[in-house]
Amino acid sequence: MMWAFLHKLASPQGFYALSARLSPWCWGLAACLIGGGMIWGLGFAPADYQQGNSFRIIYVHVPAALLAQSIYVAMALAGLVFLVWRVKLADMAATAMAPLGAGMTFLALFSGAVWGVPTWGTWWQWDARLTSMLILLFLYIGVLALRGALGTRQSAARAASVLTLVGVINIPIIKYSVEWWYTLHQPATFSVTSRPAMPAEMWLPLLVMVLGFYCLFLAVTLTRTRHEILRREASRRWVQALTGEGP
Amino acid sequence: MRARRRQRLLIILAMLALAAIAAGLMLYALRSNINLFFSPVQVVAGEAPLGRPIRAGGLVAEGSVERDPQSLDIRFSVTDHVESIEVRYSGILPDLFREGQGVVVLGELQPGGWVRAEEVLARHDENYMPPEVAEALKEAGHAPEDYRDKAAEVGQRLDSRQRADQE
Repeated sequence: MMWAFLHKLASPQGFYALSARLSPWCWGLAACLIGGGMIWGLGFAPADYQQGNSFRIIYVHVPAALLAQSIYVAMALAGLVFLVWRVKLADMAATAMAPLGAGMTFLALFSGAVWGVPTWGTWWQWDARLTSMLILLFLYIGVLALRGALGTRQSAARAASVLTLVGVINIPIIKYSVEWWYTLHQPATFSVTSRPAMPAEMWLPLLVMVLGFYCLFLAVTLTRTRHEILRREASRRWVQALTGEGP
Repeated sequence: MRARRRQRLLIILAMLALAAIAAGLMLYALRSNINLFFSPVQVVAGEAPLGRPIRAGGLVAEGSVERDPQSLDIRFSVTDHVESIEVRYSGILPDLFREGQGVVVLGELQPGGWVRAEEVLARHDENYMPPEVAEALKEAGHAPEDYRDKAAEVGQRLDSRQRADQE
C-alpha cells in the first residue's frame, strides 16, 4: 500500500496529478502567513531595546537564511535519490528548487548587510558565518550554471547532483560557524532544545514568517516541478493528451 | 539490481566522507585565521602579532570609557572578564557602542600592550527584548550576570586549550 503510493508519487504523471490538487493550498497558505506575519512583525511587534526598529529585519533575514539552507539540504537529498535509485522526478524537483534557494541566499546576505550597517557599523566582514553563507550562494550559482550549460541531459543531472551532494558539507559549517570560531555574527536566536532568546510577542510573528516561507518553498517547488515535468516529458503520450498537441 | 543500488549508495557515502575529511582538515589548518578576532586573553598571552593590523574582540569594560571633550578621541578597555586591553580610537562609533557591549576593534597592537584602533564594530548578542523588559531586567540587576557567565565560559575554554597546547 505504502510502496504503491510511493511509486505513484515518484512517477511524473502521478506527481503531476497530485501536485495539481496540493499547490493552490500551498500558495494560499503562504500568502496568508507571509502577509499576516509581515503586518504583525513590522507593525505590531515591539522594537528592540538596543537596536530599535532595525531589529525588524529579523522577520525577513531569519526565514530567508533558514530556507536557503533547507532548500540546499532538500536539493542534496533529491540528488541522492536520483543518483542511487535513478528517480527522474527527484532530479526535476532539484532543478525546480535551485533558483529559489539562490534567491533566498542572496536575500539573507543582502538583508544581513542592511542590518549590519546600523548595528555592527559595517555591511561586510570576512567572518566565518558571512563567508560560509557566501560560499553557499556560489554553490547555488555553480549548480545553476552547470545545469544551464549541459541542458536537461542525463549527464547534467548527474554532475549537478554530485556537486550538490559535495557542497552539503558547507551546511554544518554555516550552522556551527558561530560556535566554533569567534565571529561578528551572533549565535543562533532559535534552537530546538532551548527557549527562544526573546519574548513571545517578538518570536510569534517570526514563527509565522518562517512557516510562511516554508509554504512558499513548497508552493514554488510544486509549481516549478510541474513545469519541469511538462518540459521534459513533452514527447510522452500522456502529456500530449493533456496539451492536445503532438501527432 | 539491489546490489547495484547499494554499491552506488556506498560510493556516494564514501565520496561525502572524503570531502568532509578534506574540508575538516582544511578548516583545522586554518583555525586561527578563521577566527575573526583575538580575545584579550590571547592578546595578553602574546598570540597576537605586534605592529600588524589585528582584530581584538570582547566587551567594553564597565566604567572604562573616557572621552576627550575637545575631539572624537576615546579610550576604553576591552575585556573578557579574565584579561583586558586598552583601546584608543578616534572617530565615529556605531550606535550600539556602550559599556558592557560586545565590540570588535580593528587596529595595531602597540608595544605598550594597547591597541590603536582604526575601526570599531559593535557585536550584538542573540538576545532581543522590548525596551520595557530590558529596563525591568536592569532594575533587577540581571543582564550583566548573563554576560559574565558566558565570558567565564569562554575564558575557561581558552585556558584549557592553552594548557593543551603547552603540553
